[in-house]
Amino acid sequence: MRQNLVRVFGGVAVAVLLAGGAAACKADSDSDSGSGGSTKACGLKIGFFGALSGDNAGLVTPMKNGAQLALDQYNQKNADCKVELATFDSQGAADKAAGLATSAAQDTKIVAMIGPAFSGESENANPIFEQAQLPSITPSATRPSLSTKGWKIFHRGVGNDLSQGPAAARYIKDVMKAQKVFVVDDQSAYGAGLADEAKKGLGSLVVGTDKVSEKQTDFAAIVTKIKSSQSTVLFYGGYTAEASLFLKQLRAQGWTGTMVGGDGINDTNMLSVTGQKDVEGTIATCPCAPATAAKGNFVADYKAKFSVDPAVYADVAYDLANVFLEGLAAGKGTRADLQAWLGSYNKAGGATGVVYKWEANGELDPAQVIVWAYEAKAGAWAPKQEIPKG
Amino acid sequence: MNFSELIRSFPELTVTGITQGSIYALVALGYTLVYGVLRLINFAHSEVFMIGTFAALFTWGLFGLDSNTARPSLPVALLAIGAAIVIAALCSAATALFVEFIAYRPLRRRNAPPLAFLITAIGASFLLMEVVGTLTVRRPFGVPALLPAKPVIDIGGWRVTPTQLTTVLVAVVMMVGLDYYVQRTRAGRGIRAVAQDANTAALMGVNKGRVIALVFILGGLMAGVAAVFNDIKTGSTKFNVGFLLGLKAFSAAVLGGIGNLRGAALGGLLLGLVENYASALFGSNWRDFVAFVALIALLMFRPTGLLGESLGRARA
Repeated sequence: MRQNLVRVFGGVAVAVLLAGGAAACKADSDSDSGSGGSTKACGLKIGFFGALSGDNAGLVTPMKNGAQLALDQYNQKNADCKVELATFDSQGAADKAAGLATSAAQDTKIVAMIGPAFSGESENANPIFEQAQLPSITPSATRPSLSTKGWKIFHRGVGNDLSQGPAAARYIKDVMKAQKVFVVDDQSAYGAGLADEAKKGLGSLVVGTDKVSEKQTDFAAIVTKIKSSQSTVLFYGGYTAEASLFLKQLRAQGWTGTMVGGDGINDTNMLSVTGQKDVEGTIATCPCAPATAAKGNFVADYKAKFSVDPAVYADVAYDLANVFLEGLAAGKGTRADLQAWLGSYNKAGGATGVVYKWEANGELDPAQVIVWAYEAKAGAWAPKQEIPKG
Repeated sequence: MNFSELIRSFPELTVTGITQGSIYALVALGYTLVYGVLRLINFAHSEVFMIGTFAALFTWGLFGLDSNTARPSLPVALLAIGAAIVIAALCSAATALFVEFIAYRPLRRRNAPPLAFLITAIGASFLLMEVVGTLTVRRPFGVPALLPAKPVIDIGGWRVTPTQLTTVLVAVVMMVGLDYYVQRTRAGRGIRAVAQDANTAALMGVNKGRVIALVFILGGLMAGVAAVFNDIKTGSTKFNVGFLLGLKAFSAAVLGGIGNLRGAALGGLLLGLVENYASALFGSNWRDFVAFVALIALLMFRPTGLLGESLGRARA
């Protein structure tokens, strides 16, 4: 019996190996004919990598929609040679990123990647993309150190937290005129980096700091600390998942100050989970201009397709997808071609108006970086003002 | 070490710690009951709790309350909480019973080794978590604000909000009730008999299958009540809400002496307090570290926990 079982298993394993090998060979020959033969690149895919389900899906889904819109418009014009969007749902978890990145890298039809959306997952996924030479542009991962790892494929479509953190600090200091600020971060690659930059900008206004952890749900002790520090502003470096509960518990214990966060809380779940009354007045910064005021037909097209207003980064992702699509239309049908295409790209995006031009390390040209403050108002993130450069 | 923070905020840390501790304790009772009778760690118990949080949310939805509605009047709020407790407790108990029928009973019929139970427990846990996760798109859900935020007790810095008061009161009532049920009633004697020696109890006419089902139901009821107050306290719920809380509650059960009802209650309260004090002393990022170091240290000196494993003993 046992011997039989071993034989069956062995047979299955060999069969799988053979099938896998055949598939791999097939994929290879396909990509050869694709890049070598015709000038127009057909049947290719652009990847999208980010949290499409989970706590932070509210932040990332608009980006996917933006990219989808760009691809749909391209496919309408090029019905004979369509490009497909391949989505990779990381759930925003850094530990899921490597596996997904590997499967993206192995799909030779995928010639470009939009994402990963978050910094933590970028740290795990980008080395794999680098090895596979898969050019990527992130629409929203803002941790500064991502551009210092020597990844040639890395490009950032927005400013990083070296612009966002200090801008948030300037907003707290100059616009809100706060005297006592408490700074908390979630110890994530993104949250800790953002909070550190904000702390530097706030200087002596910081009356206390603390850390929470991802997935934490009980914030009683830290709520007590914040109340006893008598701070009127809480700067939170982190994502909606914890921020919404945290703010709710602060309010339940009678804290009346204002929470200020980065782009990590600039999402609709922050509003719906916290509840309109508790979240009202909360400030979220973003190195992006209001998507609802984007240029061209973007807002109307987006609304027609998804029947909601575009949220932050939707316009950025739309423009970044178009950067790749223009490359494909110009016959850059391989990963290497598109990588070179990004290196020499210098053109304003149709929706954001930002001139996409990357420095050697993959950072956006500093002159193009803007930071806006958004305020939670009547159940929506209302654009408040652009934060002046320091 | 931030002693001034600890001293300044001592009353509030204590109050919130006891509140969180009562939630731990209620969930811990479920682990301890099942362990006491079956010597099985029911890892799916965290999902029994999670189903309760969603059942409570659903109940409040029927009342027309969601995270954006204004705070209802006190009678309506209390009615909503009462209804949520009943429905969540029933749903949790049903889930616990379902897990017992699907995952454990068939194995017991075949005399499976203990490891097999452990694996089906983990499997059942993941199954429930992923089903709910997929159905809810892993989205967090906000809970309506129910009780007023103004403290009802305010004596010399000791402020207690209505939410905290209700949580602790209901938890104490549930725990005392459960203790009475297990210690004093006929069915409770059956539970203790099976815990002590299942086969002898069966010979004496105790229906073992029924006692085991009862134990799962009792654990589920407690978890359902805990779920309601966890919803109110944290202000939201999502598919994996049970994971961390289940882990903590299990630790609380071990801390007090797993298999021992009073131990679970004591362990829960202690864990809630230690976590809070540790957060104030060392910073919140050291919270779990300190709590678990304390647990390990305690188990080194008292391997069976604070009160020992005593559900099965005659005097318990």
